[in-house]
Amino acid sequence: MIPPSIYKVLPPIFAFLALIGFWEFGVDYFDVPQYVLPAPSAIGAAIADHWQSLLRHSGVTLVEAVLGFLLGIAVGLPLAILISCSPWLERTIYPLLVASQSIPKVALAPIFVVWFGFGLLPKVLIAFSIAFFPVVVNTVVGLSRTPPDMIRLMQSLGSTSVETFLRVRIPMATPYIFAGIKISSAFAVVGAIVGEFIAATSGLGYLQLIANNNLEIPLLFACLVLLSLIGAVIYYAVVLVEHLILPAPLRSQENDEARR
Amino acid sequence: MSETDELLAIADNKGASISIRNVGMDFARRGSVVTALEDVNLEIPAGTFCSVLGPSGCGKSTLLSLVAGLASPTRGTIALDGNPLTGPFHDVGIVFQSDVLLPWLTVLENVVLPAKVKKLNMEQARTTGRQLLRDVGLHDFCNHYPGELSGGMRQRASICRALLAKPSVLLMDEPFGALDALTREKMQQDLNRIWAEDTKTVLFITHDIEEAVSMADQVIVMSPRPGRVLRRYSIDLPQPRTPAVRRDPFFEETVDDIRNLFHEAGVL
Repeated sequence: MIPPSIYKVLPPIFAFLALIGFWEFGVDYFDVPQYVLPAPSAIGAAIADHWQSLLRHSGVTLVEAVLGFLLGIAVGLPLAILISCSPWLERTIYPLLVASQSIPKVALAPIFVVWFGFGLLPKVLIAFSIAFFPVVVNTVVGLSRTPPDMIRLMQSLGSTSVETFLRVRIPMATPYIFAGIKISSAFAVVGAIVGEFIAATSGLGYLQLIANNNLEIPLLFACLVLLSLIGAVIYYAVVLVEHLILPAPLRSQENDEARR
Repeated sequence: MSETDELLAIADNKGASISIRNVGMDFARRGSVVTALEDVNLEIPAGTFCSVLGPSGCGKSTLLSLVAGLASPTRGTIALDGNPLTGPFHDVGIVFQSDVLLPWLTVLENVVLPAKVKKLNMEQARTTGRQLLRDVGLHDFCNHYPGELSGGMRQRASICRALLAKPSVLLMDEPFGALDALTREKMQQDLNRIWAEDTKTVLFITHDIEEAVSMADQVIVMSPRPGRVLRRYSIDLPQPRTPAVRRDPFFEETVDDIRNLFHEAGVL
């Protein structure tokens, strides 16, 4: 018996393998120089040669991204709850928050380096400053999505507004909250890398700069492979948590499939 | 006696009478005052099925919120069984146009939600919930999620939820408005049967003339905003009603009369 999920997994795997094949063949056929585009085999060889240092620098970037990401959730969620509970905060803080998004967060990186030095902290803070916004906005939107009749029903049953918040509004918002968290998980890696580009002594962004200066282009691409792996690891960790804590009708994945 | 036993003990009563006296309701909207209801007087005896019929925006839903105690009237008083209403009235079951079932709870857990919020005996509530779901043909769907049910089935479940705590008043705000014509007629028959088996006071809000007349003991026709009572009809046809009621001369006459009344009021 072949599980039906195979039919969903196989096509992208084949497409991926075909793409790698074309790439390998194309680089060879058109004689593309390695400093322009290394072949997948050359990238693989670079990973094999440098695996120890790649692993070490990946660990640094992963820690920066994860800390920034978790900090984004830890600050973003309570802030969003406060904003949606207080019309006053919604009128004062929330517009400022939205307006602050016109600042390119990447441009904050040099300033953070000046303030916080070359270590872990500025990277975590840059990752945080990018990651926390999607959490806040999605949570605020999600908390306002409870149908008014549902709230009236709870009132008529004698539920207090705190009870209604915990029992109805928070669960109703969870699909939105997780959508925001997933966006943040990708943003956090961007933040960590940018921080490393500006000033760092370790991390994949730092390794990329070194590889670039030494014209070790396959190593540059190897860093890219590991970066996307880091992104995928954080993203699927979020999916796993979502799967563990949410009942089926609230999970975004299942709903996506149901809609198809 | 526990609270649940008390609830079951009063289950056989005929519900509460509703009396609405000189009620008016204003809303502040963008600086100006909008009058939703003006000088509404209604006496709904205990155990009767009362339909409130009116065009969109005539304040029908406002009236329902007032009777549930979710809002208080600007003018006038509302009394249930002679007791003036001062806050939310909890001995009430409400069915809205949308089913507002919680998507992450199973159908049965949704139906017993009132017991959970009111902290009643859950064991007993589940037994009652299953019985109610059996009554409306949803017994096989107890453990399904609302998302797996059709619109009509979901609305049935939400009626079961409203009936769970044996409320003395059932408030229904265009409950079948979002359903297709066939499902709607079936639901009307089911509701009429459920109500006839265990009579309680029903305030049923609708803009469908046939729907109002086919189920109700009395029909209140409201004017466009500000909502006033235009006329009150007693529908003296035997309860429970059968589909044949729609061919009764008195039914046709009343429906025609209401249509003319709406015509005069400029609604039709």
